[in-house]
Amino acid sequence: MIKRVVADWPLVLIALLLSAYGIASVYSAGQTEVSVGYVTVAWKRQLLWFGAGIVGAYIVSRGSVRFYEWIADKAYYLALALLTVVLVLGSGAGTAASMKGWLTIGNVRLGQPSELAKLAVVLMLAKVLSGRRAAPRAMIELWLPALVVGVPFVLIMLQPDLGTGIVFVGLFFAMLYWSGVSGLQLLLIASPVISLILAFSTQVWAIWFVLLFFLVYRYKPYLIEGVGVMVANVSMGILAPILWESLKPHQQRRLLVFLNPMEDPQASGYHVIQSQIAIGSGGWMGKGFTLGTQKRLAFLPEQHTDFIFAVVGEELGFIGVTIALALFLALFLRVVRIAGRANDSFSSLVAFGLAATWFVHVIVNIGMTLNLMPITGIPLPFFSYGGSFMLTCWLAVGILVRISSEGRGRADALAI
Amino acid sequence: MSFHPNDVQRRSRMASGFIAIAIAWLTMSFFRAQVVQNEAYSLQSTKNRLREIPLIAPRGVVYDRRGQVIAESVPGYSVSLLSPSPDSLRATLRRFATMISLSDEEIESAVRRLRREPNRPTVVLSDATFDQVSVLEEQRTEFPGLIIQAAPKRFYPDGPAVSAFVGYTGEITESELNSPTYTGYQSGQQVGKAGLERQYEPELRGREGSRFVVVDARGRVVQAANAQPDIPAVGPAPLQTNIDLELQRFVANLFGDSLQGGLVAMDPSTGAVLALHSAPTFDPNRFIGGIPKEYWDQLRNDARKPLYNKALQGVYPPASTFKLATSVIGLERGLVTLDDRMPQSCTGGFYYGRYFRCWEKKGHGHLTLREAIAKSCDVYFYQLGLRIGLTNLLAGGVKLQFRERSGIDLPSESRPIWPYAVDYFNRRYGPGGWNPSVVLSLAIGQADNSQTILNMARFYSALATDGSIAKPELVRRAPQRTKIFALTSDQMTGVREALTDVVSTRGTAASARIEGVVVAGKTGTAQHHEAGKPDHAWFVGFAPYESPKIVVAVMVEYGAHGYMAARLATKAMSHYLKQVTIAPPTTGD
Repeated sequence: MIKRVVADWPLVLIALLLSAYGIASVYSAGQTEVSVGYVTVAWKRQLLWFGAGIVGAYIVSRGSVRFYEWIADKAYYLALALLTVVLVLGSGAGTAASMKGWLTIGNVRLGQPSELAKLAVVLMLAKVLSGRRAAPRAMIELWLPALVVGVPFVLIMLQPDLGTGIVFVGLFFAMLYWSGVSGLQLLLIASPVISLILAFSTQVWAIWFVLLFFLVYRYKPYLIEGVGVMVANVSMGILAPILWESLKPHQQRRLLVFLNPMEDPQASGYHVIQSQIAIGSGGWMGKGFTLGTQKRLAFLPEQHTDFIFAVVGEELGFIGVTIALALFLALFLRVVRIAGRANDSFSSLVAFGLAATWFVHVIVNIGMTLNLMPITGIPLPFFSYGGSFMLTCWLAVGILVRISSEGRGRADALAI
Repeated sequence: MSFHPNDVQRRSRMASGFIAIAIAWLTMSFFRAQVVQNEAYSLQSTKNRLREIPLIAPRGVVYDRRGQVIAESVPGYSVSLLSPSPDSLRATLRRFATMISLSDEEIESAVRRLRREPNRPTVVLSDATFDQVSVLEEQRTEFPGLIIQAAPKRFYPDGPAVSAFVGYTGEITESELNSPTYTGYQSGQQVGKAGLERQYEPELRGREGSRFVVVDARGRVVQAANAQPDIPAVGPAPLQTNIDLELQRFVANLFGDSLQGGLVAMDPSTGAVLALHSAPTFDPNRFIGGIPKEYWDQLRNDARKPLYNKALQGVYPPASTFKLATSVIGLERGLVTLDDRMPQSCTGGFYYGRYFRCWEKKGHGHLTLREAIAKSCDVYFYQLGLRIGLTNLLAGGVKLQFRERSGIDLPSESRPIWPYAVDYFNRRYGPGGWNPSVVLSLAIGQADNSQTILNMARFYSALATDGSIAKPELVRRAPQRTKIFALTSDQMTGVREALTDVVSTRGTAASARIEGVVVAGKTGTAQHHEAGKPDHAWFVGFAPYESPKIVVAVMVEYGAHGYMAARLATKAMSHYLKQVTIAPPTTGD
């Protein structure tokens, strides 16, 4: 007997629209004057993965939230295992060509364990955070959540996959916030990372340090914690140059180029300059679907993956871009709503975590096309060509549908 | 965990707000890029995909005074390649080299050209033969970036006959590209390298046009059409010269292959240069498209120096032709008259510190100035020089412009030598290192006096008119005249009569007489320092004596006797004057 599952149709509708938009964009990405190999027919594969995703979403939505909770730690350990394996056996692709992100058998690329890891970490972190009764008072109580995120983070950064690393950091803070950790606490936790970033200039770092001191004083932590935070900041400041050296040269160049793309217009800056030209020359209405000249003449690199949004910008103009951004906004707000109306803390955290994951992807990927973010190789949900990502996005949709249906939703119901 | 509904609501609102702000920020950034900065990006997008191919303009035609062609453009071909990178260019050129012959050096210089200007098609062959072009055209589909265009080629129908003044064109060199004279030029373009071609480069140069092609990110041509419309090339107005091509050809023929020297023929009243010749000649047509190495070596190694322009660059002691200058200086200062005799008669030599010979060992006897000019008596002029005095003679020479270049509109004119004052000798040889008797040598056109053939023609055009010289011009312009001496009309008549005597039975150029025309002029035999070789032969004169229409100055290297030069000069004058009476110039004299 088919149990009627209440589906959150606005969410599904938005996801379908985004997927359609995305597949059309991948199709356009393949329409070039210059031969681009498999990209011309990439849209067909993307369509298949989309289909698989729909099916997967349906299957997943049949499972109960308790099931998710149960499977969280199994999935998590599996993800850790795969992440370790890929460090040994993995290979790279696209703008992440030098990273070991992909599991391949023979010449067949199976998938990226980091995709699974994102999902698994969300589930695991939600489980850990929902197991607590009250908001943590001391930072030290957050050691377990930090560990849950930290271990895969380190494994990811060893690939090294800076983009996914950023995603983990983003979802860590987002989920902590959602679980009740105060903004100030979050800031203090984040302070070493901020310290790391600001360490490029001693004066700026010094100002930050003074500010931090005031914040710590205001927060009134335990002495050990206070000292710990300050020490962590200082050590980050010192570690900064060491960590800089440990980045591969092309990643260093990427960060430098992010600050000034014209520094290396032929190589690293090239991608982003061409992307900006493509987008900027699109104007209000764009040059027409499949007719973008930058894309057609192969000036725009990675037009089917990392820079797919530049194709949208060039061909459909500002109007097209705004529609896409509006759809994403609707998606996020919808998921936040689901998180707010969830039945229990676990579901709520999972939903919010998924929203945060998508949010970081969107902001970083789209930001990258305009040189607002450094080039990191993370895909755009529902758009970027990539089977495993499309699949996991739709699995996430399935989970969200389930959470929504078990939540305090009202008439947002559509029987399947 | 605090999941009280109120807390959840608050966090929900905060999160939504944060997300909305982030999306708004992205939207604004896109607005800025796509709307505000649209123009700049669109321009970049277009620059990315369009490449400009220059359409070569023809060079201006050069005409003589009657509208005959001296220099023109004939159809030719240029082969260029649109290449994305030096390596790709090299690879493609290596493939070319199997079909048409291309040396490694040519390949490398093409690669250098690409590096210098990566956005223009690289010229591979600026003057390809029809065969080369056919071979490449057959394989065109293999080379998508290949551009074969009509490239007008320079041609001089009279070749060697006009080589002394027309010059030649060649591809612009890297050092020329760097110099400020050639701003706005790009590699692969032709520029004038010598002569008229170089002097009038701005006037002769056409304006390039453009064709646009679409290229992809790798710089490969995608399609030739559907870009911007062509901008056609524009050729310049033709250049009109004063040269009389008929005369020029005749003069070239006179010199032939065996003689060395130069000739300048001018209109004395306007300064229009009717003919300018230097022998031996070279063929400027062989310089077009790059000089073959063997030919260049042959020219450089020829002892007769065909590349050295004897009319413009060569400086020689004017010898007896200078005696007219001495005469003018003396007459103008009132130190002598045409019928004056000098204290000492000529017995073959004159003693002043040492023995100074006259060329006629037997001596001329006691001559008047008139007769001394006709017979070219050195002894007379030694004494005239003494009478004038070194200081005044030098000053006189300066006033007669023997220190100045003529200013003809051609590059590479040499500067003549004439001492500016007595101080010159002190500076040059040291205060005790020279002898005041140098005034004797100077008076007869030797010692520190070297003039170009052009300068002598210029001086004699003053003798042919009223004492004014006109600036020699190859290209028609309003004449610029300057008076350099003032003699009475009697003195002028007397001087001219004396000059006609030179070319009469009584004179040194008796054998150069021509029938029907009275020629006035002076011979000269210039000594030089090369042992064993005959002296240089000079003749400068004008005709017809009554109202001179042409001045001719001729110098034959190692000609031995002045009348050798005189014969050439009078033949040229006669030819010209016949043409003038039979067929007056059509373009207004």
